[in-house]
Amino acid sequence: MNSTDTSHPDYFHKVVDCQWACPAHTDVPGYIRLIAQGQFTEAYMLNRHSNIFPGILGRVCDRPCEPACRRGRVEDKPVAICRLKRVAADHRDDITDLLPQAPAKTNGKKIALIGAGCASLSVANDLLPLGYEITIFEALDTTGGLMRTNIPQFRLPPKVLDEEINYIIDMGADLKTSHRIESMKDLLAGNDYDAVFVGTGAPRGKELKLPGRYDADNIYIGIDWLESVAFEHVKEIGKKVLIIGVGNTAMDCCRSSLRLGATDVKVMARKPREFFKASAWELEDAEEENIEIIVNHSPKEFVIEKGKLVGMLFEQMEYDIDEKGRIDRGKVIGEVTIPCDDVILAIGQNNAFPWIERDIGIEFDEWECPVVDETTMMCSRDGIFFGGDSAFGPKNIIWAVAHGHEAAISIHKYCNGESLQERLPRGVNLVSQKMGLHEWSFSNDYDAVSRRLMPHVDLLERFKKIDIEVELGFTAEQAVEEVERCLNCDIQTVFTAKLCIECDACIDICPVDCLTMTESGDEDDLRRRLTAPAENKEQDLYVSAALPQTGRVMVKDEDLCVHCSLCAERCPTGAWDMQKSEISIPYAKDEAALTASRLAARG
Amino acid sequence: MSYIAKPKVSHPSVPRNELGLFKRDYEGVVSTLCAGCGHDSVTAAIIQAVFELGIEPHKLCKMSGIGCSSKTPAYFLSQSHGFNSVHGRMPSVTTGANAANSDLTYIGVSGDGDSLSIGMGQFAHVIRRNLDMCYIMENNGVYGLTKGQYSATADVGTTAKKGPANKQMPIDPVSIAIGLGATYIARGFSGAKEQLVPLIKGAIMHKGFALLDVISPCVTFNDHEGSTKSYAHTREHFHQVINADFVPPSEEIVAAYEEGNTMPIRLHDGSKIVFRRVDKDYDPTSRAAAFTFLRDSVNAGEIITGLLYIDEETGDMHDLSGSIETPLSKIPYEELNPGAEELANLMDRYR
Ligand SMILES: Cc1cc2nc3c(=O)[nH]c(=O)nc-3n(C[C@H](O)[C@H](O)[C@H](O)COP(=O)(O)OP(=O)(O)OC[C@H]3O[C@@H](n4cnc5c(N)ncnc54)[C@H](O)[C@@H]3O)c2cc1C
Ligand SMILES: Cc1ncc(C[n+]2csc(CCOP(=O)(O)OP(=O)(O)O)c2C)c(N)n1
Ligand code: SF4
Ligand code: SF4
Ligand code: SF4
Ligand SMILES: [Mg+2]
Repeated sequence: MNSTDTSHPDYFHKVVDCQWACPAHTDVPGYIRLIAQGQFTEAYMLNRHSNIFPGILGRVCDRPCEPACRRGRVEDKPVAICRLKRVAADHRDDITDLLPQAPAKTNGKKIALIGAGCASLSVANDLLPLGYEITIFEALDTTGGLMRTNIPQFRLPPKVLDEEINYIIDMGADLKTSHRIESMKDLLAGNDYDAVFVGTGAPRGKELKLPGRYDADNIYIGIDWLESVAFEHVKEIGKKVLIIGVGNTAMDCCRSSLRLGATDVKVMARKPREFFKASAWELEDAEEENIEIIVNHSPKEFVIEKGKLVGMLFEQMEYDIDEKGRIDRGKVIGEVTIPCDDVILAIGQNNAFPWIERDIGIEFDEWECPVVDETTMMCSRDGIFFGGDSAFGPKNIIWAVAHGHEAAISIHKYCNGESLQERLPRGVNLVSQKMGLHEWSFSNDYDAVSRRLMPHVDLLERFKKIDIEVELGFTAEQAVEEVERCLNCDIQTVFTAKLCIECDACIDICPVDCLTMTESGDEDDLRRRLTAPAENKEQDLYVSAALPQTGRVMVKDEDLCVHCSLCAERCPTGAWDMQKSEISIPYAKDEAALTASRLAARG
Repeated sequence: MSYIAKPKVSHPSVPRNELGLFKRDYEGVVSTLCAGCGHDSVTAAIIQAVFELGIEPHKLCKMSGIGCSSKTPAYFLSQSHGFNSVHGRMPSVTTGANAANSDLTYIGVSGDGDSLSIGMGQFAHVIRRNLDMCYIMENNGVYGLTKGQYSATADVGTTAKKGPANKQMPIDPVSIAIGLGATYIARGFSGAKEQLVPLIKGAIMHKGFALLDVISPCVTFNDHEGSTKSYAHTREHFHQVINADFVPPSEEIVAAYEEGNTMPIRLHDGSKIVFRRVDKDYDPTSRAAAFTFLRDSVNAGEIITGLLYIDEETGDMHDLSGSIETPLSKIPYEELNPGAEELANLMDRYR
């Protein structure tokens, strides 16, 4: 292998597993350390910098960071990254003075954002401080999109939503609620806007066209039903409810049903548990509320008697799963009717753009998704951008935020006649954390505590009203313990080959055997020859230049390093050092600063 | 010295030995030696060797004198017995311990100062007794603990970090041991564990006195240019005479050794040491050959390493003194001490 090029911004970024996995690249270890120091406001602002909605996301983020978290490989449970975000939000001081502000004078460029969901709000957040005039068109009479209409209030209180959305709107967006855009053609015809961003989500719940579907009233589409619940158009449901599908929407439907009077709620899954779409923690929360999840039942027919829904007929399935974990199509081994009063269909969402004409240069693919560039977020018609669920189908809030940041950069560049493809690169900056012979600027010791359990409102109490938030947030004691579980993956082990005297001190001390000095070789060969086998190929090997005395190389398997600093402490020559890597992710404001300096240089 | 202990977290794939223990179970407290000290590497090699041999920690005893090297038993095998004795006196304390309890495995750790200056007399006599122990001399050419004075192994011309060059002739522990009749003599280097670990395993399993002279650089006082015990100098002049692989009794010799170039030697417990000669003409069972070879290599400025001599025939201290099989410590006190009356009877016989 060649020696590793650590100057590439992705190398050390990848070591920070959570930050790498976060679509918006939130500086997780950075904010966790701030929480550890009691600097909640700073922790909140660091979050806000990249993910915009720390209070919202600290409760309901899909948290791709957690399955990626190193702690989950070292022990079994990752750091409670998401709920620590909530700790920062819960304990922050008033931050209004710290928020970015729109300049007194706008720059004269007008941008239309369609939809007031998280995607559009992210674009507004990034462009308002740069002087853009932002108009948001929203079909409903309120903001937030699915965050408000579909995520139940017992998971996300409206107060939290309002607060964080208002931070953005109050910067000076022109919000036009109850203003559905019915025709893209008409909107463009006026030539009123320099650019248009489409953040209208994936609003169509999937249908299940089985016999009986339209013969009774008590059959609902999950996302529509949740919206009706949110707006209090629906206030009750029958005693026995079946939820079809086992994704996250299903989890919200079943838990909402319990709060509207259902006593027997079954979630019907076609496949075995390991193929469920719902996140493990959502399943856990539902099962805590005594939701029954029934596997291997494929819906066949709605059973209607005298125009009334009385049950649902299912085929009982059996599957073969091969050694690679792939499931076959299954075979039917029986049939069963399960009685019920209501059925909620929660089997997915589709994009739908009936209001975008097909002859205006916006191309769509065979699934009715617009053709969108993944870097620039621009569609096939110049000056029109997409983001969030509307761009590539249903994802989640944090993806919508990430799309928003990128779209904001593109819109800025588009409005300034700059190339959308030539974007500021990411960067990495390294700073040594050594404070003394054995002292580091961070808490380098490994704390063996296990993941703290989120305290919940008592089971009897929580069903009394639909908007009782179930999670109470970590107690101060829990937060103090949980922050220490973070392994500070951004404090990198940085090696300088020419200083190494090959004394073996680092290799002997490393608790997880991740260091080896050996003859170089190709990657597969090296991976086998290390002190401990390096089987996780998703994690890189850090290979040094040839060592001065023997010409061997130092190899570090990044997989399980706990960033304890002992290698650097035991190194007599400082060949190993612990350096904090700061990954710089460019935002629209950085591009704008560059534009300004370019214009200034031109005079 | 680090402020934090080595975290109790391990790579998920770490193996267990035949006792079901992990290597980490053989560790001691965190080292207080200078970062980069060769002695820490020897500690790691000892841990590896004892782990691989599957020795029960409570059946082992660590002995030492005074010096940085002599501190190291604190850094391995926390669950074993140990005695940190007086400067240069580890051999006699070990002799006493072994005389009383021959059931234990004895590992002594000493330094070039501890063994060859103040302890020279004890060192010579423990060899003469062929005490069954593994004696590891961590050789750095200086008195590390007392801030780097030349020791008896410092070569002529060696310069200290500051001050004049050494003019006195060095004592070579390996030559001395050959001369005095030691029955297992090896030299290793703290920076070459793949060689050192099998040498330690052989030394532990050998019945009789096993000397392991380990070049173990003192990074703080003797790792500069002008030192002949530095990492760089040792690497440059390192010469492997013989590779010795340790094969436990339960294992067949499976490696494809080159015919005529290897020599298996059976140890008393059925394990084997397989020599792979790097120098074709070398005979590790000939004391005279070893002596000549060593003298020539010293003249050539080479640091000869490997298992240089082995003699599995000569009996250890207990054989030589005809003591009984059962360790004295296992004999009930009444039997061991027949009482004043019996002593009087015995004395009477000599009157
Ligand atoms: C039940 C459910 C639970 C979920 N739970 C989570 C969760 O816990 N965590 C998570 O991260 N994600 C969750 N998601 C996904 C998440 O809500 C979405 O990915 C996210 O809201 C997408 O944001 P968006 O801005 O792209 O679109 P949306 O949130 O869908 O917002 C689109 C907005 O555009 C408006 N609009 C649509 N068409 C027009 C038009 N023509 N003119 C004007 N306005 C229009 C809509 O009224 C809406 O307000 C959940 C989704 C569902 C369905
Ligand atoms: C009786 C006595 N004399 C002198 C000393 C001082 N002393 C302590 S350690 C040491 C030399 C240690 O050298 P070495 O055995 O080579 O150990 P190193 O520190 O080099 O590993 C001396 C002379 C002492 N502790 N006790
Ligand atoms: S241990 Fe901390 S820094 Fe590392 S991946 Fe987990 S949360 Fe991120
Ligand atoms: S910081 Fe160094 S010693 Fe600690 S786990 Fe990582 S590589 Fe090993
Ligand atoms: S003084 Fe020398 S021998 Fe002693 S601990 Fe430091 S480096 Fe090792
Ligand atoms: Mg010494």
